[in-house]
Amino acid sequence: MCSLPVPREPLRRVAVTGGTHGNEMSGVYLAQHWLQAPAELQRLSFSAVPVLANPAATAACCRYVDHDLNRAFTSSFLNSRPTPDDPYEVTRARELNQLLGPKASGRAFDFVLDLHNTTANMGTCLIAKSSHEVFAMHLCRHLQLQYPELSCQVFLCQRSGEESYNLDSVAKNGLALELGPQPQGVLRADIFSRMRTLVATVLDFIELFNQGTAFPAFEMEAYRPVGVVDFPCTDAGNLAGTVHPQLQDRDFQPLQPGAPIFQMFSGEDLLYDEESTVYPVFINEAAYYEKGIAFVQTEKFTFTVPAMPVLNPVPSPTS
Amino acid sequence: MTSCHIAEEPIKKIAIFGGTHGNELTGVFLVKHWLENGAEIQRTGLEVKPFITNPRAVKKCTRYIDCDLNRIFDLENLGKKMSEDLPYEVRRAQEIYHLFGPKDGEDSYDIIFDLHNTTSNMGCTLILEDSRNNFLIQMFHYIKTSLAPLPCYVYLIEHPSLKYATTRSIAKYPVGIEVGPQPQGVLRADILDQMRKMIKHALDFIHHFNEGKEFPPCAIEVYKIIEKVDYPRDENGEIAAVIHPNLQDQDWKPLHPGDPMFLTLDGKTMSLGGDCTVYPVFVNEAAYYEKKEAFAKTTKLTLNAKSIRCSVH
Repeated sequence: MCSLPVPREPLRRVAVTGGTHGNEMSGVYLAQHWLQAPAELQRLSFSAVPVLANPAATAACCRYVDHDLNRAFTSSFLNSRPTPDDPYEVTRARELNQLLGPKASGRAFDFVLDLHNTTANMGTCLIAKSSHEVFAMHLCRHLQLQYPELSCQVFLCQRSGEESYNLDSVAKNGLALELGPQPQGVLRADIFSRMRTLVATVLDFIELFNQGTAFPAFEMEAYRPVGVVDFPCTDAGNLAGTVHPQLQDRDFQPLQPGAPIFQMFSGEDLLYDEESTVYPVFINEAAYYEKGIAFVQTEKFTFTVPAMPVLNPVPSPTS
Repeated sequence: MTSCHIAEEPIKKIAIFGGTHGNELTGVFLVKHWLENGAEIQRTGLEVKPFITNPRAVKKCTRYIDCDLNRIFDLENLGKKMSEDLPYEVRRAQEIYHLFGPKDGEDSYDIIFDLHNTTSNMGCTLILEDSRNNFLIQMFHYIKTSLAPLPCYVYLIEHPSLKYATTRSIAKYPVGIEVGPQPQGVLRADILDQMRKMIKHALDFIHHFNEGKEFPPCAIEVYKIIEKVDYPRDENGEIAAVIHPNLQDQDWKPLHPGDPMFLTLDGKTMSLGGDCTVYPVFVNEAAYYEKKEAFAKTTKLTLNAKSIRCSVH
């Protein structure tokens, strides 16, 4: 695992990516809007670049054309020799790696913010790789403090020993915003507006950092995955039931052993038969049916985030 | 005056269609479940056939492969010469027509229930195609009464140009069942339960009818389509405004002139013009972006049905 150090220089090269999944509409519409009118992405010390990550999937209003783009950023995909038969998204991942990376190199962008929606009731979820991402952790804390009414939850998605595979991992620092619930292909005004405001605040935070603001150490609470649970299936491989009404929409709430998790079409309940309490997320996410995931089991934990280095303020452009 | 009732033939054959849109999962999984275990949908003396109408779209979990199956059961499409070059759904429509139609044919199906979901907040909805169909008005009245206090709305799509050629229209009594909100590709237990109850009450009604029960004259409130409203678009045809937060999720609620409809990306509100209150439905349905429909305006009216009784008794 390559843990890049905390930034010691201002962040100059920043990108905001939408449409990584072409049917997650908040990011699609924001990216398309900013490509026409980028002014709101400008700050004194930098301007964020908008990117429509998956144009073909966006045009077709589907999650992906050949392969999930947000799983295509492993070194195996990025560094293998291109062939004419490569899936669309593998080719596109390499292009994005050229634009925003190369991943794990000194030339990579300083920060990428990737915009997503989920059909799960995850509210405002901030997704970073791990607790070691000091800059991202301070950013999450800032968002939580700015918007206490949103109850932003932090989900640290990388499992130990696993290589990162998502789009924002190509940059030196990254974060994904995951807002739901919103159906695929639907643009809700409330979620759109919240996403837009959060992006602005992320850029404000980067500006604050660049201007020499101090960010002291603090304690953070976050969720990390410990497993997944698939839907119950018949012998023929068809769905035999669905998420129980008592679990549906209860993302980030504790799930105790013995609680019902699935309701079978024939009427009976399936109970959670593992031994510890977990915090389920991505409960009944449409895109995860094909990945064999009815929900992701997470554990809640607390850790200390060290203070960030204080930069010398950026000189004003007009002196 | 003696009670004037319509004497109807008994109902013999019913079909329940799921997967007309392959990503509207409640119907898909109810039908698949009933194909394995149909006890719940059996009633004495009735043939009830569950059927997946668009299996290729179901397999891909997409609305359709080439074209919308629920728009092409018109004479022109049904009459096209069968060929491999025809869109998949047109070929499929012809197969379905031969299996379940034609209307009033000897072996055709009397009633077809077509199961759908919507991303709109429409709750339990029954879709009616003909305002003078006494039998269906009576059925809908029975379903609404049985479901109460859970609301069940009736959407009337009878209109000279806006009515569309549905899969179910090949039967004498076509019934659309639409339950939302549910995202495409998601199966929610609460929505499944609601749709299941709607079917149960419908089948109970038919069973009572066949057994000779007389249903006295009744009236139901329905929402009749007036017009469809598109999203405001820019010069490139791209959507320039979103359904306003005040209208989002407010299906079936009155929308008055001056009430907000859309919010532009620049933050401006666009309001309903004219001087009539309307009742919006299919507000922000995912599948209707490409059909250029942000919502449909309806007007509320009452339909009356005469008393009906099965002619065999």
